[in-house]
Amino acid sequence: MMMQRLAAHSRSLLAGAALSAVLLAGPAFAVTPADTLVEGFAIDDIITMDPGEAFELSTAEVTGNTYDLLVRLDLDDTSKVKGDLAESWTVSDDGLTYTFKLKTGMKFASGNPITAEDVAYSFERAVKLDKSPAFILSQFGLNGDNVAEKAKATDETTFVFTVDKPYAPSFVLNCLSATVASVVDKKLVLEHVKPMTPSADYKYDNDFGNEWLKTGYAGSGPYKLREWRANEVVVMERNENYHGDKAKLARVIYRHMKESSGQRLALEAGDIDVARNLEPNDYDAVSKNTELATTSAPKGTVYYISLNQKNPNLAKPEVRQALKYLVDYDALGSTILKGIGEIHQTFLPKGVLGELDENPFKLDVAKAKELLEKAGLKDGFSVTMDVRNNQPVTGMAESFQQTAGQAGVKVEIIPGDGKQTLTKYRARNHDIYIGQWGQDYFDPNSNAQTFASNPDNSDAGKVATLAWRNAWDIPELSKETEAALVEKDSAKRAALYQELQKKVLDTSPFIIIHQQLEVAGLRGNVKGLKLGPSFDTNFVWGITKE
Amino acid sequence: MSEIARTRREWLLSERPASRLQARLGRAYVTWRRFSSNRLAMVGLGIIVALLVVAALADVLAPQSATIGDLKNARLLPPSSAHIFGTDDLGRDILSRIIYGSRLTLYVVALVAIIAAPVGLLVGTVAGYAGGWIDAILMRITDIFLAFPKLILALAFVAALGPGIENAVLAIAITSWPPYARIARAETLTVRNSDYIKAVQLMGASPFHIVLRHIMPLCISSLIVRVTLDMAGIILTAAGLGFVGLGAQPPLPEWGAMIASGRRFILDQWWVAAAPGGAILIVSLGFNLLGDGLRDALDPRSGGQ
Amino acid sequence: MAGPVCLNAVETRQSGRTSGRRATGLALAVARFLVIAITTYLGLLAVTFFIGRVIPIDPALAVLGDRALPSVVERTRREMGLDLPLIQQFYLYIKNALSGDFGNSVLTTNPVMTDLRRAFPATIELATLGTLIGSVIGVPLGVLAAVRRGSLTDQFVRVIGLLGYSIPIFWLGLLALVLFYAKLQWVAYPGRIDIVYEYSFTPVTGFYLLDSAMQGQWDVFRDVARHIILPASLLGYFSLAYISRMTRSFMLNELTQEYIVAARAKGLSETRIIWGHALRNAAVPLVTVIALSYAGLLEGSVLTETVFSWPGIGLYITNSLQNADMNAVLGGTILIGSVFIGINLLSDLLYRVLDPRTKAA
Repeated sequence: MMMQRLAAHSRSLLAGAALSAVLLAGPAFAVTPADTLVEGFAIDDIITMDPGEAFELSTAEVTGNTYDLLVRLDLDDTSKVKGDLAESWTVSDDGLTYTFKLKTGMKFASGNPITAEDVAYSFERAVKLDKSPAFILSQFGLNGDNVAEKAKATDETTFVFTVDKPYAPSFVLNCLSATVASVVDKKLVLEHVKPMTPSADYKYDNDFGNEWLKTGYAGSGPYKLREWRANEVVVMERNENYHGDKAKLARVIYRHMKESSGQRLALEAGDIDVARNLEPNDYDAVSKNTELATTSAPKGTVYYISLNQKNPNLAKPEVRQALKYLVDYDALGSTILKGIGEIHQTFLPKGVLGELDENPFKLDVAKAKELLEKAGLKDGFSVTMDVRNNQPVTGMAESFQQTAGQAGVKVEIIPGDGKQTLTKYRARNHDIYIGQWGQDYFDPNSNAQTFASNPDNSDAGKVATLAWRNAWDIPELSKETEAALVEKDSAKRAALYQELQKKVLDTSPFIIIHQQLEVAGLRGNVKGLKLGPSFDTNFVWGITKE
Repeated sequence: MSEIARTRREWLLSERPASRLQARLGRAYVTWRRFSSNRLAMVGLGIIVALLVVAALADVLAPQSATIGDLKNARLLPPSSAHIFGTDDLGRDILSRIIYGSRLTLYVVALVAIIAAPVGLLVGTVAGYAGGWIDAILMRITDIFLAFPKLILALAFVAALGPGIENAVLAIAITSWPPYARIARAETLTVRNSDYIKAVQLMGASPFHIVLRHIMPLCISSLIVRVTLDMAGIILTAAGLGFVGLGAQPPLPEWGAMIASGRRFILDQWWVAAAPGGAILIVSLGFNLLGDGLRDALDPRSGGQ
Repeated sequence: MAGPVCLNAVETRQSGRTSGRRATGLALAVARFLVIAITTYLGLLAVTFFIGRVIPIDPALAVLGDRALPSVVERTRREMGLDLPLIQQFYLYIKNALSGDFGNSVLTTNPVMTDLRRAFPATIELATLGTLIGSVIGVPLGVLAAVRRGSLTDQFVRVIGLLGYSIPIFWLGLLALVLFYAKLQWVAYPGRIDIVYEYSFTPVTGFYLLDSAMQGQWDVFRDVARHIILPASLLGYFSLAYISRMTRSFMLNELTQEYIVAARAKGLSETRIIWGHALRNAAVPLVTVIALSYAGLLEGSVLTETVFSWPGIGLYITNSLQNADMNAVLGGTILIGSVFIGINLLSDLLYRVLDPRTKAA
């Protein structure tokens, strides 16, 4: 009797708990505010918001939307640039001096006027801080001692930039469209500089506002950065002082969501308006959902497998060739990369000057075996492969492991987190590495230099190009790469790069597999979202919600 | 029950065993009877035996390769007669992977137990028997390892040692010995001053000999129970490491890593993550039931009874 | 993961009690405990620090990202003091840590203390609710199982408990998310609060449920509840598995005591005997068990936080670890270690205060 009452008692307890859970829950009424765009986006790569320091993909998008440049990539013809803050520009006959004339009456988000002085200061601080992206500017012969002279304001609206060699103007202008050349509000930054003690490594008495700008904002773009909280959120708000057409939505929020499936769920439920990191199966599901839409754009990022030439087996030309025949390009393209990548075997991505659309390699185990036999490795060999713990790289690596096994090449996969694998790669301690390379700036030289140039192959080599990381000693190709850089005629320049790509395709230790397609899934009411050809051209200011 | 069986039973249960062997066997028999009367414990035993059989006969049982699949034609197929648990994102048969994965699970569990239990036993008995500053130092070290968040410590060790199943084993072992040391020490403290040990001391046995021959054996039964109960925890920790990508290297069919890769397809291809999770659940449950039953059988005073 | 952790904790306490008995008084015990706590901290610091330094990740790369030139990497290494001898780095670290400065996190650029102050309440809120759920359901279940020992109910409770020790929490979490969020839409998506409320709501204590209730923002409260209910229930289940099991065994112990027989003889109602007398006596060890289960949830929430993108301390440490952000890892580990040690001390003290038998001994 007592027992029964006890049982009944505990039953009602349980029922109560369940009931309250249901009451709390109820159906979801998830709607994002009408004037706000919420994007689900993996933003965990962001480590700083200072345009003079940032070099990460997610940061590039934020910087692209919140800062202005002298010139921007022309999205209608990506082999050209067009003026942003600059009204016009001229190049001197000797090809060394670039003179930019600024538009007038423009203001920063803070209300301060935009002058040539701000441009000069932005160049100066980027070069003097000498952070990761600084080389894009300093490769023109700039350093801490001469930057004030070589990048200076001659009056309110005139900025003069002097380079050390008569480079192809397209190259110089393309580099100036990189985020490191973003123009910061000098007056505002100066209010936040931190005094520093000069040392052998750092010769200046202040930090040019670097510490403040890591999370702060001093720009003039269509949106202003309100807040960045690492691994959580980036919030941008409309800049009412913007010099061009004002942004349509009052607020854009990037919400950190790492998982593709999570983004898809949130998109379906209406918790976010845009999902940015969809994998093929989720992308597929979104495209079939009538309430949702999708969009995609080829990006300047290629995925590749590279073979360290310090490994005696991998250094054999036949082995390099053989492995190129051991990737199942077709199967990858139709499964793991479906919708997010296009098979592309040359190092210049589509859309860049000098692109070459040739994909000669396909899976051919017999041919690979033949080549291996020629190399004296009839029974195959064992080799390790460093793989980052993310998709699609892991899937590609496992597929390669299977197909290589068919020709007797035993691949041992060493998984690691990005930083770990990279540490090893940069120290040239790997056998095989699989990863991606995105252009540093929108010019063929960016990838040509990294894939086809290695001026000093010693371990102390100063320029850590991908060719260097894989110990590929190529004095000839390095010279050719340099020659293409000073070719003023765009058509001839393009031809030089095509020549270069053919050679790399044939002999290099790089097995380039595909070019990335960036995809986004969006709610049906989101209009005007257009992904750009690079990460800093994913502009959001034209987006509206119905 | 046949005549012979009955006499054997009587012999085992004899009140006055004629030999030490008879006494021991008798005790074991009583324990076994207590154990086998516990239905849940027998289920646990059955699961573990099945696991051992599957692992031993993986080559025969697995219908297909665990590591090589057909990416182009067999990717993410739902369960069917050809693939009972479906296929994964690289076109591999999930059932075959689970069958081969049982070897990895056993490997991890066995190695961790072989490394951690003796270390814990040694540290605990030495600390307990020696007392004084040796005890203080050893117990401080134990405390340090106990105060760590266990999974985080394992994560850190794997990150430092590099990923791979051996390193995962090592990392888990490093984080699992302290409780064993504590148990062994507690047991040692209770017997240290017993007349039995006093007698051995009087006979002039060296401390080393006493710890090794007289104290350690006394601690073993409680340790075995504890290790069996911990096995589920070890499996779960290993799976957790695999889940965050620090366990076995691909293409090894480690169950936790399989869940991690299935996580990406959980909305449309639920079977990729469901099957390995179920496997982990069943095996851990088996170890838990077995450990529970063992504890009740070996020490009727404590725990569930 | 919570299960085994809790079991460890019981061992810690029990043997702590054995050795504690030898100490003559409470003060001495506290002093002794302080010494233990301090040496444990130092050990904790040392082990984490050295693991952090032997990890084959260059911390400079964590600051610089992918593409930095070798010269830039070299310079950053010097700036970060990574070129100093290990011992000297350790000394500098301890010195700063003792003055409450754990350095800056390279991932978030904030001082580690600031990050921890944000992350810790998230974890506490989750673990508290989890323990609450676990106790409210677990204790009655345990009592019931003890009272109806051997019955079907008992077996049921036992299986529920054992399942709790056997299910991979991240797997259960995933399945639960698919069911309750994707299919049924009963709960909100991973995270702590809807982005919509992010800017209409200013947390004060960092415990969002409490904050929103105190500010009378009931829509926020509802949203927060919808976010927390699923991860908290999961943690609650693991805590329930442990608590119901321990309750059952404590109750069994009490029910065989003579005072129960005496009470029955006096003709007290069974309800009063069980809930009023037996449970009250079992409450003493039970409080300890609940406290330890709480500590277990705090440190065992790493995987739950990963699955539910819960911005708590477990996620913070895991993220930092993967990026060689050692200042953050150290800070987080020390915090959790301290809490663990603190709860141990507290439960030990509670035991002494509540239990007359310990006092006498």
